[in-house]
Amino acid sequence: MDKKNTFRKILLYVALSIAAVTFIYPFLWMIGASFASMQEIGKMNLWPSHPSWKNFVTMIAKIPIWRSLFNSLLVAAFTTSLVIFTGSVVGYALAKMRFKGRQLIFYIIVFTMSLPFQVTLIPNYITIVNLRLVDTYLGLIIPFAVSAFAILMFRQAFQGLPQALIDAARMDGCNETQIIFKILWPNIKPTIVTVAILSFIGSWNEVLWPLIVIRNEQLMTMPQLVTLFAVGGRADAQLGVKIAAAVLLALPVMIAFLFFQKHFIQSMASTGLKD
Amino acid sequence: MNTTAVHIENKARKKKNFLPYLLVSPYLLFLLVFVVFPVLFCFYLTFNKWNIIAPMHFIGLRNYSRLIHDRLFWKAILNTLQFLLLHIPLQLTVSLFLAYLLNQKIKAAAFFRASFFMPVIVSGVVVTILWQQLLGFDTGIINRFFVSLGLGKVGWLTNPNIAIYSIAAMATWKNVGLYVILFLVGLQTVPTQYYEAAKMEGATRWQQFYHITLPMINPTIFMVVILSTIGGFNLFIEPYIMTGGGPLNSTLSAVLYIYKQAFQYYNMGYSATLGFFYAIMIMSVVVLQKRFIEKEI
Repeated sequence: MDKKNTFRKILLYVALSIAAVTFIYPFLWMIGASFASMQEIGKMNLWPSHPSWKNFVTMIAKIPIWRSLFNSLLVAAFTTSLVIFTGSVVGYALAKMRFKGRQLIFYIIVFTMSLPFQVTLIPNYITIVNLRLVDTYLGLIIPFAVSAFAILMFRQAFQGLPQALIDAARMDGCNETQIIFKILWPNIKPTIVTVAILSFIGSWNEVLWPLIVIRNEQLMTMPQLVTLFAVGGRADAQLGVKIAAAVLLALPVMIAFLFFQKHFIQSMASTGLKD
Repeated sequence: MNTTAVHIENKARKKKNFLPYLLVSPYLLFLLVFVVFPVLFCFYLTFNKWNIIAPMHFIGLRNYSRLIHDRLFWKAILNTLQFLLLHIPLQLTVSLFLAYLLNQKIKAAAFFRASFFMPVIVSGVVVTILWQQLLGFDTGIINRFFVSLGLGKVGWLTNPNIAIYSIAAMATWKNVGLYVILFLVGLQTVPTQYYEAAKMEGATRWQQFYHITLPMINPTIFMVVILSTIGGFNLFIEPYIMTGGGPLNSTLSAVLYIYKQAFQYYNMGYSATLGFFYAIMIMSVVVLQKRFIEKEI
């Protein structure tokens, strides 16, 4: 019996390790390949025999990668702040205030969440054109500044807080903004973290929308620039250069993930569990 | 004096009644500009021909009849369905299997969980560029591995009968970690007493899994199916980078085709028609799935 159990345990770890290698090995190979020469890339070695920065140097000379990193950070930071702000304010009203149409707005939010983006894609592009926001940061930020999902998350978090907290704050002369941001916010930190991570990652990884509204290379987001670099033919002959661009694109998120692993996993899982 | 006091009080009350609407106004504005207007405008566009530069002109139902006869669009839908045909079952079985393994009492569970999750957080652009190399015909690692085993090379991305399935496998590799976590949460809700009782009755592990675990995690299974379906219908960046829709349009996804119609050929009216039709199709499939699920549970 005991022997059988040990055997099972070994099998379990072997299976898990094979799976882990399947997920990690390609990334390690990618990092190695970004330092490898053309001839060596096709090999299965994890680390090239003559590593060099050449791929990175070529890539940096060809595309404004640092500028795109800055653009992506800026857009993601502003989008995330706006999503948290609008989500808190609207979520608070829906959770803690009584007014006509409250239920209706809630149902509209739930309903519009499942609206496929294919319907809104072209009209939203036209709106951005008419607002003269093509080739601007605002064109990337505004359409994502309000998130139905964030509103629902904040609504739920605020509903869980006791009314007494709000009444006491009001007695002390707090207005509604002070109540939301000074009194209630410290009590819903996990929700804020979750919304922040999801919205930052979502904005960081968005490609389709930047491809549509940004044409000026200096204003492109990082995934957009790397995508156009990879499909544009400029890097075609040089796999290593393409891979170097992918490594730079992956690195910030990977490093953040290593530090805030638990938060990342919990946040991402909550998108599925909310239904 | 008196009237001003009343006035101020009225103002205060008005302000109080007005306040909730002020607070929800960001959403209402967003709803109007980025949801209601686009849906109406998209519908209106479906009856027009428009290349953005020249004025729009009304063409009745011609976009719709064009859609019906557009072989390439139907091929794109068929491609997307082929993608789902492999993607959903693969995603479901692999993620359930890995979650089941992780749910045993094991050491270093956090490490394994994190490694499965890595591809989930990384941009699809990175994953696609990476897999483009791994799946390459001559220099790709996978073909080198096949050759070293004495097998022939496979045209993972160049054979029109295979390419869409290669992309489906890659998409599964990217997303499976998220579903592992969802299943793990699901598995942990199964009360351990159930297993203990089953063990007393002499049930094998397989019987326990089949008769206790599976029925208990049904909601998670259906959620994974719905999420993978929606994700699969939105397939875009992978074929855009890897194959551009080729070879022979075998990886042209519906979203890629809609994108090309609008932003490469500037057929705004026609692209809006495709988008409108496709969105209704997606919503119907999801509603049908939900119906089916509610019946089952």
